[in-house]
Amino acid sequence: MNRMWAIVEREMRKFFRSPVLMIMSMMLPLVQLVILGNAFGGKIRGARVAFVDYDHGPESVKVREAFDSVAANIATFNAVEYTDENQARDDVREGKVDAAVIIPAQFSRRVYAQDAPRLGLVVDNSDQFMSGSIEGEMQSLVDALNQPVIQPRLVKSIALEIVELYPFVEYMKFLLAGSISLAMYISVMIGGGMLYIDDKARGVHEGYLVTPISKLELVMGLNIAGAIKAVLSGISLTVIGSLMAGLGVIFHPAALVQLLALILGTSIAFNGMMFLMMVRVDDPLVPRAMFGVLNTLLFFPSGAIYPIAAFPPWLRAIAIVDPFTYAIHGFKAILLKDGGFAAINGDLLFLFTFGIGTLLLATPLFKRTL
Amino acid sequence: MSGGGPTAGSGRNGAAPAAIAVEKIVKKYGAFEAVKGVSFSVAEGEIFGLLGPNGAGKSTLIRMMTTLIPVTSGRAVVAGHDVMKDADAVRRAIGVIPQALTSDQDLTVEENLSIYAKLYSVPREQRERNIAEVLEAVDLTKWRKAETKTLSGGMRRRLEIARGLVHDPRIFFLDEPTTGLDPVSRIAVWEMLNNLKKTRNLTMLVTTHYMEEADRLCDRIAIVDHGTLVALGTPVELKQSVPGSNVVEVQFARESDAWMERLRALPDVTEVQSQSAGVYRVLTSNGSQTTTQLVEMAASMGEQLTSLSVQNTSLDDVFVHYTGRQLRDEQVKSVFMMPQRPGGNA
Repeated sequence: MNRMWAIVEREMRKFFRSPVLMIMSMMLPLVQLVILGNAFGGKIRGARVAFVDYDHGPESVKVREAFDSVAANIATFNAVEYTDENQARDDVREGKVDAAVIIPAQFSRRVYAQDAPRLGLVVDNSDQFMSGSIEGEMQSLVDALNQPVIQPRLVKSIALEIVELYPFVEYMKFLLAGSISLAMYISVMIGGGMLYIDDKARGVHEGYLVTPISKLELVMGLNIAGAIKAVLSGISLTVIGSLMAGLGVIFHPAALVQLLALILGTSIAFNGMMFLMMVRVDDPLVPRAMFGVLNTLLFFPSGAIYPIAAFPPWLRAIAIVDPFTYAIHGFKAILLKDGGFAAINGDLLFLFTFGIGTLLLATPLFKRTL
Repeated sequence: MSGGGPTAGSGRNGAAPAAIAVEKIVKKYGAFEAVKGVSFSVAEGEIFGLLGPNGAGKSTLIRMMTTLIPVTSGRAVVAGHDVMKDADAVRRAIGVIPQALTSDQDLTVEENLSIYAKLYSVPREQRERNIAEVLEAVDLTKWRKAETKTLSGGMRRRLEIARGLVHDPRIFFLDEPTTGLDPVSRIAVWEMLNNLKKTRNLTMLVTTHYMEEADRLCDRIAIVDHGTLVALGTPVELKQSVPGSNVVEVQFARESDAWMERLRALPDVTEVQSQSAGVYRVLTSNGSQTTTQLVEMAASMGEQLTSLSVQNTSLDDVFVHYTGRQLRDEQVKSVFMMPQRPGGNA
């Protein structure tokens, strides 16, 4: 076993002497956390909506007042006065305004006559997020206008009471689980993939192979070192990312133990997967070429960015065998929900089984000779 | 021994036990036969040189002897152990210095040695002692705590040699140990290897591109070409095996196709090789006599000689004689070619 620890010692000494690996493995996830966390989490504010009023009656004034109320409070949009519907429509098409509200002539009369009064909303649906937000806000506005002035004594419509179990989760907090997993993946990709193949190409492994080290000692040494590097990256990003996202769960000892178990399981799973993929590779270009493809193939179907329930069946199939899925589910369960071991037992079982399984597959494939 | 060398493949001293014995060893990669039934043996305490151009099979041979690649057929016994049947015992008995510099640049000299000592399971006290001894032997004691990246090329090569010795091996394999070194560092490495041989009674198997290195360092030399062993003997024996004991190099002012025939017709001349720009290498058994006759022949014909030199037969001539190729070409290649990747053809 001393020989195995010699390999681990060599790898760890190199790792600590060259902090570039640690920094590089955390750079992308941290940048992603800050940029995506801030870019995707917010609501639409200050959209420009053209307001075309052909009615000028009391009800159109109500609409305009409700419009101004939105602009003054949640500020989803601001009204821009137009006199011509066609001009407003063209400006939406050209992107000069984000939407247009048309109040047709005789609108007030139709309201009073209860004769199917209508408001027109022209949206640019090439931008689903923007048009969806304006549509939602306008629907709320119209619902409010439709409320009877005097409420009936018996309310017949069904009301939905929503109970939120957790405090509001900002997108940055939602993204943190993915960022931690991504940091560990990059650490394994660089430390366990690229450096492993580079060492092979430089002849370092040739140096090992002429010593009496056994195949198992060599495989275990390389994998233990790779897993330790990934654990260190995972711990670093959990602490830094939690502080940046404003999550205090890392200060709870029980949650910390659960996070450590998840980080360990994820490291073993990622490292086993990478070793299996690289065990017969000699060309240093291969892991570099695979980096982006694997990142997309494993990270995005995992639910880190978008819910798995929204995926087509073939993408869900990838998510089922993707260790990222279980790592991210586990991290979310602890970081966002404080779910305890009961919430992550399945994830831990998959991650450890996957890691040990891939390692068992890779070991016979590892060649003790050149 | 395969091929026709001056001596057959026994050890230098018939009674000395062989540290390395290779019998009809073959290595095939699919249909390609990289090594074709080579046999030789190396006596204990001997420095044995393997010479050959790139692709000749010498690195493949060394890799089979050091258990890095499996033998297709034949047998190699190193330190009394079969490389195929008892590879671990072979590994414990040998030290290997690869062609590429593979010490970790981020680690110190001592850390590099310590990790390799641990890979050989050298006990702690002995490890400390061995590290101190090998550092002294390669003159790197004062660089013990220095990071490897701060060392010069020659010092890094000495560190590689120390690394190969840290577990006190009996047999030392060195694959082109001086490639890429300047002449001063190269001579320092030669002297160091000679001292190591004397002080540690090491058996060494060295591959090299440098004829001068092989001549000065090796007790015996094997020339390998196209996967076969074409010559084997001491440097003196090899030189004697080449027809002509002197080489006269002559350049005529005027080029003519007739020079070749006229030079061949001179007494004692055994071989004439035409080189570029009217230069001829004349192998002769009597250098002074041939030189006189050559000058007289040129004078009688009214021709002028641009240059004339007489030398003893060198290993370069031996190499050309047995392989039909100039090793200088290989030296040029070795400068421009990247080191071979593991698993590549020798």
